[in-house]
Amino acid sequence: MLNVKSVHTYYGNIHALKGVSLHVRAGEIVSLIGANGAGKTTLVQSICGFNRPRKGAIEFRGEDLSGRGAEQIVQQGIALVPEGRQIFATLSVENNLEMGGFIHRRRPDRIHRDMDRLFERFPILGQRRRQLAGTLSGGEQQMLAISRALMSRPQLLILDEPSMGLAPLVIRDIFRIIGELRQEGRTILLIEQNARAALRIADRGYVMETGKVVLQGEGSMLLRHRQVQRAYLGKGSKEIWEA
Amino acid sequence: MGFDTDTDTDTDTDTDTGEVAGVIQPNLTVNQGENMPIWEPAKECMSRDEVRQLQLERLQATLNRVYRNVSFYRKMFDRIGFVPEDDFADLQDLQRLPFTTSRDLSDSYPYAMFAVPLREVVRVHSSSATTGNPRVVGYTRRDLKTWSTLVARILSAAGVDTEDVIQVTFAYGLMTGGLGIQYGAELIGASVLPTSVGRTERQVRIMQDFRTSVLVSTPSYALLIADRMEQLGIDPKTLSLKYCVCAGEPWTEAMRLEIEQRLFVRATDNYGISEVIGPGVAGECLEQAGMHLAEDHFYAEIIDPVSGRVLEEGEEGELVLTTLTREALPLIRYRTGDVCSILPGSCACGRTGVRRLSRLRGRCDDVVIIKGINIIPARIGDLLERIRGERMLYQVVATREGHSDQLEIWIAVTEELFFDKMREQRTLVDVIRNKVSNFIGITPRVRLVEKSSLQEENGVVKLFVDLRAVPAA
Repeated sequence: MLNVKSVHTYYGNIHALKGVSLHVRAGEIVSLIGANGAGKTTLVQSICGFNRPRKGAIEFRGEDLSGRGAEQIVQQGIALVPEGRQIFATLSVENNLEMGGFIHRRRPDRIHRDMDRLFERFPILGQRRRQLAGTLSGGEQQMLAISRALMSRPQLLILDEPSMGLAPLVIRDIFRIIGELRQEGRTILLIEQNARAALRIADRGYVMETGKVVLQGEGSMLLRHRQVQRAYLGKGSKEIWEA
Repeated sequence: MGFDTDTDTDTDTDTDTGEVAGVIQPNLTVNQGENMPIWEPAKECMSRDEVRQLQLERLQATLNRVYRNVSFYRKMFDRIGFVPEDDFADLQDLQRLPFTTSRDLSDSYPYAMFAVPLREVVRVHSSSATTGNPRVVGYTRRDLKTWSTLVARILSAAGVDTEDVIQVTFAYGLMTGGLGIQYGAELIGASVLPTSVGRTERQVRIMQDFRTSVLVSTPSYALLIADRMEQLGIDPKTLSLKYCVCAGEPWTEAMRLEIEQRLFVRATDNYGISEVIGPGVAGECLEQAGMHLAEDHFYAEIIDPVSGRVLEEGEEGELVLTTLTREALPLIRYRTGDVCSILPGSCACGRTGVRRLSRLRGRCDDVVIIKGINIIPARIGDLLERIRGERMLYQVVATREGHSDQLEIWIAVTEELFFDKMREQRTLVDVIRNKVSNFIGITPRVRLVEKSSLQEENGVVKLFVDLRAVPAA
């Protein structure tokens, strides 16, 4: 569904992505893990059209995304749940969701049907539909951010650090929601620092370090991989080149 | 985890249907005709594009890793100014890199080319060396798992399932053959008889008493077993044998036919090489139409063994393999020394994305160049065999007339070659000349000679004699 081929992207003057390739197939959850500064968010920005790669190609459902703006990319069927949620704090919950359905604005009936369905799914949002989004708790805001992304009826949902800044119990809820989305057959690219949770839920995973993919494979395999255990799960010992 | 071979337990991982036309659905298990289930359908039945994307991703990771961890490769890359992250954007870019040879591996004896510390290595194998140091091959835990899966793929394709009793007549020990097959067979759930090599009479006895249904052996050993059974007066029809998984040496279609007819089995061709992993690199399915290459784990190129130029699909040359997932001993553009081609088109079995290797034609060391054309003398023997339906005693001779090379084929006259019927002899010579000429593009001079005129070495007729170097007196 999504094919990223040898992408090089700069973040200011920093060569943030150095030839990154990855793919996501329909119906998969793919996790991308890595430390701060590894280039995960730059990759998300490249896919979503905020930061154009200098080299390489990004294809979505067989079409080249390069040169397309963020709105066109949403129209192509990619929705982003951004890092730090970035909901519209001064708008109501309902208005936030309407914004998410922006590309379907000529079909208000559809927007309302989708919204009702989301309120059924997340009753807490339904109860607070007229409340300003900024007054919601962290977990509720994340639910709202995910709901807002779903309003565009995406083919691919990208979640950038959904657990960031949330309490452990809330994180569990968020991952449960991600698990449910997956049960519904949605395709998800999950970017996470919480390597354990992200790999547990994923079909496959990629590990990034300093702008490159250094490891990839099935989620369960990566969880057991010495390099992941050492770098992200705090187990194991040094590598040859560190000795 | 993609180890599920049971088609009915597939979960509805893809309920989001109808959204993308042309996307290959994972988890499809193709069961066409009599073909056996596909062990990892999600991998073996990928589309060509998916295979190439995966190869690109894995090659990038492999190049980054060897550059960081293997001084041999770091030096090689630095020497030619190759920075993986900048200079590798496409599979084609691999062609910029030099080859790794078996000599390089021998020189790194024992561990110098390993990409992980020894504590990560859980197994060490070693391949025999005719000259120099042996080539030592390490495996991490994940490498062993990959290996088992790859062997399970080829064994499934060759007909093996949980019901089978599989007799492994490959060597165990430092060689990869025996243990490699064992892992795959156990993963499938077959009952393994690790009889290892030799003691043919005991092998036959075990085959009878243990009701062996799959024989794993070299083609020549399978025939030896057939010979021994004949001597012992055992009717192969009374055995439980169904399949013969052949590997380990180049063989011919005629040998396959003989194995199938004498042992009452279906025989498949398989390819493995210890340096990259062992058995499991490529294997035929029951269509018997070329060996499916595990292209998600190995990137294959066919090169001209002399110039090093990469050849097109269908052209015959030396197989060069790059490992895509090996952890302990990743190899970049490793020259296998084996001559074959990559077959165009796809197989009827449903393994759509992965390409197939042709039958091995021999070793590159056997390639001789006459009139600028690479010739493998053993292949001329195959050709003669096809013409006459039996092996002929022959010798390929290169001569020189003036400045031009000449190809001669000397064939020993035997009783079967009806040496008294001049006309038929001449017809045969004409046929051979035409066939060889069509096949390799050089018209040979065919001579029927007494067996005693063929040069021998250690009591065996040499396949090739070079008379070009003889200085004019």
